[in-house]
Amino acid sequence: MMNDMGNVGRDSAASEIKIQARGVQVFYGETQAIKDVSVDILDKSVTAFIGPSGCGKSTFLRCLNRMNDTIDIARVEGDIHIDGDDIHAPGIDPVQLRAKVGMVFQKPNPFPKSIYDNIAYGPRIHGLARNKAELDEIVERSLRRGAIWDEVKHRLHEPGTGLSGGQQQRLCIARAVATEPEVLLMDEPCSALDPIATAQVEDLIDELRQSYSVVIVTHSMQQAARVSQRTAFFHLGSLVEYRETGQIFTNPEDPRTESYITGRIG
Amino acid sequence: MADATAGTDPKPKTGSTADLVRASLARRNRKQSTLQVLGIGAMSFAFLMLFILVASLVSSGYQAFTQTHITLEVFIDPEEVPLERLPRGGFDDVIEASLSSVLEDADPNDRATMRALGSLLSNGAQFKLRDRVVEDPDLIGQTVTMTVPVSDPYDQLHKGLIDRETPEQFRRLKNFEIAWFDQLVAMEAISKPLNTGLISNPDSRFPELAGLKGALVGSFWALSVCFAISFPLGIGAAIYLEEFAPKNKFSDFVEVNINNLAAVPSVVFGLLALAVFIGWFGLPRSAPFVGGMTLALMTMPTIIIATRAALKAVPPSIREAALGVGASRHQVVFGHVLPLAMPGILTGTIIGLAQALGETAPLLLIGMNAFITSAPSGPLESATALPTQIFIWADSPERGFASRTSAAILVLLGFLITMNAVSIYLRNRFERSW
Repeated sequence: MMNDMGNVGRDSAASEIKIQARGVQVFYGETQAIKDVSVDILDKSVTAFIGPSGCGKSTFLRCLNRMNDTIDIARVEGDIHIDGDDIHAPGIDPVQLRAKVGMVFQKPNPFPKSIYDNIAYGPRIHGLARNKAELDEIVERSLRRGAIWDEVKHRLHEPGTGLSGGQQQRLCIARAVATEPEVLLMDEPCSALDPIATAQVEDLIDELRQSYSVVIVTHSMQQAARVSQRTAFFHLGSLVEYRETGQIFTNPEDPRTESYITGRIG
Repeated sequence: MADATAGTDPKPKTGSTADLVRASLARRNRKQSTLQVLGIGAMSFAFLMLFILVASLVSSGYQAFTQTHITLEVFIDPEEVPLERLPRGGFDDVIEASLSSVLEDADPNDRATMRALGSLLSNGAQFKLRDRVVEDPDLIGQTVTMTVPVSDPYDQLHKGLIDRETPEQFRRLKNFEIAWFDQLVAMEAISKPLNTGLISNPDSRFPELAGLKGALVGSFWALSVCFAISFPLGIGAAIYLEEFAPKNKFSDFVEVNINNLAAVPSVVFGLLALAVFIGWFGLPRSAPFVGGMTLALMTMPTIIIATRAALKAVPPSIREAALGVGASRHQVVFGHVLPLAMPGILTGTIIGLAQALGETAPLLLIGMNAFITSAPSGPLESATALPTQIFIWADSPERGFASRTSAAILVLLGFLITMNAVSIYLRNRFERSW
């Protein structure tokens, strides 16, 4: 099943490995959601997880910042290393990890606070700014990185929930980058957005690649093809194939991958 | 047509779906309209009962919102009220003398007549006059004007609650007493102003002097204590159970018991308070502090349940958003979830407190139905509460207490409606939609 492991090693020399997962299994109670997934995720690139609904791609994504810890019945096994550090090591607090591994969710979920406070919340709780001027600077930088600064700069103190769906999602991305993470996890960030907002977010993802290791879960194969450098195909909790995006779409090795991308399963 | 027999034939004729639907449509519509009629009927019945309740309370209670007063010119006779033994002077005598001077056929030398004259005024009249003269002894030898409540039978007479047609021997007022009163009315000495004493006086044996001040202050202290205990404890327990407690058999057990606690009859809490707070801890009887603690026991499950529901209603996306930027669980709860749940928590708390305000049985058991003629100055002093005051008045034989009981119920209902209105306002004002 893990015949794709060879592929991982082949072209990873071009870029540094950021996340290394080995033998990851996730159980929800008695149900096994992820079966023995091993994957290497590169720095400064976009990695897409694709697969049919319920294949475990979101569950696996949530392993990377230990979001599954918040679900009582979820149990995660296996090793995940980020920059060579085990994220399940006893000395690692999930809070510390999540400051380093930011996350953007499926549905835009700004806090019901002002735009400014949405961005400033993370830096505040982590003590990233020593004074108001520094915080202002972080807020502006983050909103610029979220490609939303020009739209909101005159109404920073209006509620973030008053923005449109696409703006809210870019606000959430800006919020995620405000804590200066190294990895950005995105769980179907465009599934609640219209095509125009989707295009804006995709452009943004492409820019974010310069500074972060971006992992994106998506339902849309077109999106994976557009934004990612490498793509992982999940099916029934297993990682079926993980290769360069161009290869996986033009020349899939596994028959299941081929069936999925040609629309026969999914 | 085959449809003509469809009503008698239980088996539908074979036909298209549209035919079958048409055949069953009348029955479905009939069910719906039956349900509608039943619903409207139930609503109408509830409204009717509510109307009857309020109407009967208002019709018997409105009389208590006014009080018949008499205005008298009283000559402070230095012989009756000598300066040297001022506080114990014959104030009742000077009042009776001034009454007899204005009334015809009131013989000042007949003791029985004078006693009957004295009972025209409320018992408090002479003390009111005494207080004025003690404060300003120069009034001795002068004529002062005073307005005081008349006693209960005359108040009833003036409000038309004593039937003049009743034979004299069955009436509380004799013919000559009614004649006196009519003379006073003719002299325009009788007035019927708003009865501020109903709120500002403490309890009294005399209905014309009895007021709700003691009960209001007692209820205020009891509710304050109740809030101070049940709000933080209830919210704390709810936050722990909802956000931090591991989900296991033990927390399930606690949850079931909290729900059961909310259904325990209130008299049981009264017995518990009697045994524990008064019996073991030796706290004073009849004290609003003890009453508040007892009510807190009953309010806490309500607050816990309301708080947990409000916390649950905060969408998980907000928690995830906060966790995602690296907030600790504590920061998620206190920075995001709790503020968003606050309107729901406050609504539940106010409803819980409104329940506590109307609760009678536990307060009876800890002795908050004592007869106390002064308002408490602190939570540890003996007091009554609004519902127990209603209980006491409903039990009193004097006719004047009948309308006062209804008036007190109206006051209690007024507070309850206000509290519920505040909670509805809070819910609408701060409710968020996601």
